Amino acid sequence: MPGITREEVAHLARLSRLELKAEELDHFAEQLNDIVDAVARVSEIAAEDVPPTSHPLPLTNVMRPDVVRPSLTPAEALAGAPAAEEQRFRVPQILGED
Amino acid sequence: MSVIDLVPYDEALAAYDPVMGLEVHVELGTATKMFCGCSTELGAEPNSQVCPTCLGLPGSLPVVNAVGVESAVKIGLALNCEIAEWCRFARKNYFYPDMPKNFQTSQYDEPIAFNGYLDVTLEDGEVFRVQIERAHMEEDTGKSSHIGGATGRIHGASHSLLDYNRAGIPLIEIVTKPIEGAGERAPEVAKAYVAELREVIRALGVSEARMDKGQMRCDVNLSLRPHGREEFGTRSETKNVNSLRSVERAARFEIQRHAAVLNEGGSIVQETRHFHEEDGSTTAGRIKDNAEDYRYFPEPDLVPVAPSREWVAELRAALPEMPRVRRERLQGEWGISDLEMQSVLNAGAIEPILETIAAGAPADQARKWWMGELARHANETGAELGALPITPAQVARVSELVAAGSLNDKLARQVIEAVLAGEGGPDEVVAKRGLAVVSDDSALGAAVDEAIAANPDVAAKIRDGKVAAAGALVGAVMKATRGQADAARVKELILERLA
Ligand SMILES: [Zn+2]
Repeated sequence: MPGITREEVAHLARLSRLELKAEELDHFAEQLNDIVDAVARVSEIAAEDVPPTSHPLPLTNVMRPDVVRPSLTPAEALAGAPAAEEQRFRVPQILGED
Repeated sequence: MSVIDLVPYDEALAAYDPVMGLEVHVELGTATKMFCGCSTELGAEPNSQVCPTCLGLPGSLPVVNAVGVESAVKIGLALNCEIAEWCRFARKNYFYPDMPKNFQTSQYDEPIAFNGYLDVTLEDGEVFRVQIERAHMEEDTGKSSHIGGATGRIHGASHSLLDYNRAGIPLIEIVTKPIEGAGERAPEVAKAYVAELREVIRALGVSEARMDKGQMRCDVNLSLRPHGREEFGTRSETKNVNSLRSVERAARFEIQRHAAVLNEGGSIVQETRHFHEEDGSTTAGRIKDNAEDYRYFPEPDLVPVAPSREWVAELRAALPEMPRVRRERLQGEWGISDLEMQSVLNAGAIEPILETIAAGAPADQARKWWMGELARHANETGAELGALPITPAQVARVSELVAAGSLNDKLARQVIEAVLAGEGGPDEVVAKRGLAVVSDDSALGAAVDEAIAANPDVAAKIRDGKVAAAGALVGAVMKATRGQADAARVKELILERLA
């Protein structure tokens, strides 16, 4: 399992719109490596005959009928928002897009 | 924004071969969202159709909308695709406030439908086959409004406001394989493809596919390569081109712009572009660098979708007649040429004609009115045929009155005009204006006698056997009766009198 490099952390930080200091990059690279190492132990157990899976249960086609269920009220929906305006979620200026 | 001199279209095509890729998003007409039971009804108050799932609140879990999956399979089958035996959803991760979950639930390397094609008919009747790469399920994003900047643009805005009613509405994204070999007809192919796709979606009944309402949106990817070169050039991606005409214009503009850049020895930047409805131009948007990395992974909160072969076969058997097949059938039934059929299509007259036939008019009469008088009126007023203030049933009634001999062609046209002018239905107009063909011999006799008396030399010719001269007298009688005489009967009366 290749380790997580400082460059990869910088790339992830940019994707996540996070500004990290130089020492933070090193710090998180180390932490992420520890996590990946821990999880990588699973692959020691998984043999060739165990296919990768994305879900623990062997289910398919779990669906619901196309029937409307009650939504939240706008007040409920906005209750947890840090800021709201005109019954909408208010977010800070969006940068780096157009 | 840099302004460049576009290369004239023909010149661009003489030097380069365009390659296109079209990505179309269709918003399904389901009652609820893709992964929760919130309503999809348009026009509701902001944030009144949201719940913990579509707001991405902690602890909420998505459940797939069965009709969303069924619609996706139907679309796949209609586009001649293979349907996956097993496929999953995937998280497309990105940080932008239009998706409160910080990811869009989509499909990545396991689309539900793949490897299909759609045959499209060009204006001259030529058929072009567009290969389909895939059709996959995903969800729409919320709507942002940007406050404080000029004209609602994000640039210069102080903050933005989000309404998540649209977030989670089922979308099907349909992606073509590279469209090659269309040459100078590339923009026309692009438009015809989107038009045909729209017809297919409507025929399936899975969406109204109204482009003006954002229910169908198209991204036009385009690149040029010098003639004879195999490998593709760098492409631009013009986003959200939202009318058929714009699809054609955007492709055309990009061909001319790419050629200009390449001719000057420059290189095309791989970027998204914005299309401008006002002048048909595109301007640069986001540059596609390695920042575009969605870190897709299989959605752990949803189980795989595995359409059984029996179910797929059932859906296939229940598919409606496809628009192209239907058009060919109608053309055969009506016995008209490719060119005539094409003009019916271009005029958007198929539905009005069919409804008029359903209301009792013979096919040729229905076609005659909609393609003649009514098409002319629509043209002059810039309205669509279907939006004219006359119903197919009214057109059928006029046709019935003509067939019964109560109206002749000229009077019928007057009735149509009056109905369009809002004077009421055909029967009302006929009654109010006293329009009716006069075929009663006693009423016509006087007018015929007058015409003969007023034109002695014509009368003499007819007496000498020159029957063709009777036309002049018929004309005189028609004029005297303000078009209400039965022309055929008038001619008979003239010939009887001058025999
Ligand atoms: Zn919801």
